[in-house]
Amino acid sequence: MMATKSIRAEFLKGLWDENPVFRQLLGMCPTLAVTGTVITGLAMGLATTFVLILSSLVVSSIKKLIPPQVRIASYIVVIASFVTIADQFLKAYFYPLSKALGPYVPLIVVNCIILGRQEAFASRNSVGRSFIDALGMSTGFILALLMLGTIREILGAGTFLGYRVMGTWFKPWIIMILPAGAFITLGTLLGIAIAIERKAKRR
Amino acid sequence: MELVTIFISAVLVQNFVLYYFLGICPFLGVSKKLDSAVSMGLAVTFVMSITAVVSWLINNLILIPYDLGYLQIVSFILVIASLVQLVEMFIRKISPPLYQALGIYLPLITTNCAIMGLALLAALNKYSFMETVIFGFASGLGFTLAIVLMAGIREQLDLADVPEPLKGAGIALIVAGIMALAFNGFIGMLT
Repeated sequence: MMATKSIRAEFLKGLWDENPVFRQLLGMCPTLAVTGTVITGLAMGLATTFVLILSSLVVSSIKKLIPPQVRIASYIVVIASFVTIADQFLKAYFYPLSKALGPYVPLIVVNCIILGRQEAFASRNSVGRSFIDALGMSTGFILALLMLGTIREILGAGTFLGYRVMGTWFKPWIIMILPAGAFITLGTLLGIAIAIERKAKRR
Repeated sequence: MELVTIFISAVLVQNFVLYYFLGICPFLGVSKKLDSAVSMGLAVTFVMSITAVVSWLINNLILIPYDLGYLQIVSFILVIASLVQLVEMFIRKISPPLYQALGIYLPLITTNCAIMGLALLAALNKYSFMETVIFGFASGLGFTLAIVLMAGIREQLDLADVPEPLKGAGIALIVAGIMALAFNGFIGMLT
């Protein structure tokens, strides 16, 4: 069944039908933690994309060599190596950003989206297909982060990517940049996503 | 930093779940019933206290003296994964009743980002040995407090008339948001 999916469908499923955040409820920690502003959300999305795509490529190419008993440990080592590269790269070239993301860049290693894709997809599919799958999933993840980051930054600070978008009449909702705002925004978005899905199904 | 301050901060102010967003998966997944939430909280507190000690030893006795900081992520995750396995085997041998109580929750903890987050945060804050011990234990208590409170609320929530699309994770996140707001009030205790 899986193998018959077209390349296009393989990519698109990550955006909505199997969106990691809204549909599978995976990777909630970074989604909530780094979306106070758009730029940190985007940076986290790109770092996760890097790790997810490269781990999927490696895991799908060495899947025959990994004994099934130690597969999870092997995936974790592969993922941890790429996370280390991403972390060192951010520290070297984007120090303020790396500082702002704090422990959440190293924490990509325990992001369930990445381990989940290795176990559910890359370990049973060809290299090319795993690449498309990883690309779709990361795009879906970035979309979710951007959505949350945009809402929280505009309402919480009146800015978008640091530029003022709301007039001087606008009083920033401080709650949106607090942790509480993250929970409430994501909860509401989840509800909206389910409501849309139900409406689409009824048609 | 004073030990008392670290303790209060980790339990109430910078609560792992409600401030750092670590351990959201078990927080949402295992908070439907009060007694399983208590067991999960205890299991996490137990593993966190041990992880804090072990990760401090690795960081300060191996990684820092030999200038191997770049191996931090790989070594922490491997140590945590094997540690949880060891703890599980140890408890099964030493105390079957405790194993019965924590049993199914222990393996779940390996993939719990709160444990990895604890090791990373303790290293990031450059805590001394004693501070790390307190930090690990208090963070576990904070997690337990949050998940037990959440379970209490969710048991009541079952009786409430929640809008259909928000049922399940949606309303749980919104409740967590309101709890985070309440915990935010504790900031005054530290200043």
